[in-house]
Amino acid sequence: MALRVLVGCKRVIDYAVRIRVKPDKTGVVTDGIKHSMNPFDEIAVEEAVRMKEKKIASEVIAVSCGPMQSQETLRTALAMGVDRGIHVDVSGKDYELLQPIHVSKILAKIAQEEKCDIILLGKQAIDDDSNQTAQMTASLLNWPQATYASKIEKTNGELQVLREIDGGLETVRVKIPAVISADLRLNEPRYATLPNIMKAKKKPIKKVTPGDLGVETDPRIEILSVEDPPERQAGIKVEDVDTLIAKLKEVGRI
Amino acid sequence: MTRVQILFRRLESTLVIAEHTNEKLFPVTLNAVTAANKIGGDVACLVAGTKVAPVVEALSKVPGIKKILVAENEAFHGFLPEALTPLVLATQKQFNFTHILAGATAFGKALLPRIAAKLDVSPISDVIAIKSSNTFVRPIYAGNALLTLKSRDAVKVLTVRGTNFEAAALDGGNAARENVPSADSSQNLSQFVGQELSKSDRPELTSAKIVISGGRGMKNGENFKLLYDLAEKLGAAVGASRAAVDAGFVPNDMQVGQTGKIVAPELYIAVGISGAIQHLAGMKDSKTIVAINKDPEAPIFQVADFGLVADLFKAIPELTAKL
Repeated sequence: MALRVLVGCKRVIDYAVRIRVKPDKTGVVTDGIKHSMNPFDEIAVEEAVRMKEKKIASEVIAVSCGPMQSQETLRTALAMGVDRGIHVDVSGKDYELLQPIHVSKILAKIAQEEKCDIILLGKQAIDDDSNQTAQMTASLLNWPQATYASKIEKTNGELQVLREIDGGLETVRVKIPAVISADLRLNEPRYATLPNIMKAKKKPIKKVTPGDLGVETDPRIEILSVEDPPERQAGIKVEDVDTLIAKLKEVGRI
Repeated sequence: MTRVQILFRRLESTLVIAEHTNEKLFPVTLNAVTAANKIGGDVACLVAGTKVAPVVEALSKVPGIKKILVAENEAFHGFLPEALTPLVLATQKQFNFTHILAGATAFGKALLPRIAAKLDVSPISDVIAIKSSNTFVRPIYAGNALLTLKSRDAVKVLTVRGTNFEAAALDGGNAARENVPSADSSQNLSQFVGQELSKSDRPELTSAKIVISGGRGMKNGENFKLLYDLAEKLGAAVGASRAAVDAGFVPNDMQVGQTGKIVAPELYIAVGISGAIQHLAGMKDSKTIVAINKDPEAPIFQVADFGLVADLFKAIPELTAKL
């Protein structure tokens, strides 16, 4: 049985960018800032493509929810080996207040419409750091979830997943259909080669709205403020180990 | 507080989902109890597992818990979210809590969003401060911004960051016990196969008073022995940067950072760690930060209270010898 895999990819501010909070405290500055695919989603895309290469998957579909520029993120996924993309257009105020609950409803609906068997997502997006979408999507579909996966193996009608947990590792078996979230150690995502980037331009991206899917994106939260975290007092450099020990004793830490 | 506010506070009721191993309670639950008490109203604690008597016993002495809801079932083996979710929903149906809380650990983060989706509410992850019963503060962008948000949902489902709330005391309380309404927790969606837990004599990373972490500068796994020796002297836990984990020096569960563990010890000693944004996210709330690095330009020195520019292979043994 070849499976259809749905993979989620979010466009986020690049992980290496030092973000700036807007002076009016309504959010962070995103205009003119380098964005890329959420690093955990790259890992999810890579795993989906490997499933196809191992003939576990017959087709891989990537979804991204967000403004027009989300299509660039989808093109990256297509260049990595995804077959086609779905862009769920959400922009402006709706996008600012779009929460994992909305995205999960969108993903669940698409998974049903496209008859997908596995949904692969990153464990968290590095912008909102929520770590919710995979769990909520699984819940809405009443599918099992295997979060923080660092290894996925397919057995008969099941997936055996090695999960990264607080004290070490844990193995669970989940029935297919299932939702899996990727942890850092799952794989090393490939770079898209130029020929593949060119080929990706010809692959289809379907554009839909949450409304087309029958999903409401009514706001669930109100943003009261976004602020800089308290700054740490500048420290001092010490000459040698003796001074370090003396200083630590002085402040009562040792 | 006005009388209306007092009245409202009485209407709040919070369910804390206990995290434990059946034999032992995880300390983060005690931090979550403190957070629950900041919301106001009654606090109940749900203990679900295969054999929970020792955990119920421990929790019943924690002040600030009014009631302990107990659910024993073989189906809870491995604490799978697929089995626990129907239980929490049945409990919620009976008691109508306004808030459902757990620690922001691998367990809490895996379970609570699954519950929230069934309740059709937007969960709030990794809460670091509770301003009121519906207003919370949480870090975003690897802790580089703090979001204060007001939840519009009727039921608030939150995971709380343990390091931002004091642990509740382990004695002085006298909570009542009650069995929870029966829920059909038998499920065939998922199955727990097993665990490989890292064995360590050192204190647990997220609750240790002193943490010593090594990065890429450690060069290999064997050299971590230098840090273990120092940790032994200080009674410290040992952590690592992502670079050290990715290079295979130490196991993943030692990773401190945005996607690893969040620690806020009294003393954090960063050894051979450059101080990438993602690492700082996991330790910058430590009370005192020490950096030992041979690169004077390393960003870690910008957050370090005491920085020592030195070769760690000389400085660490010297430090260990002199303590």
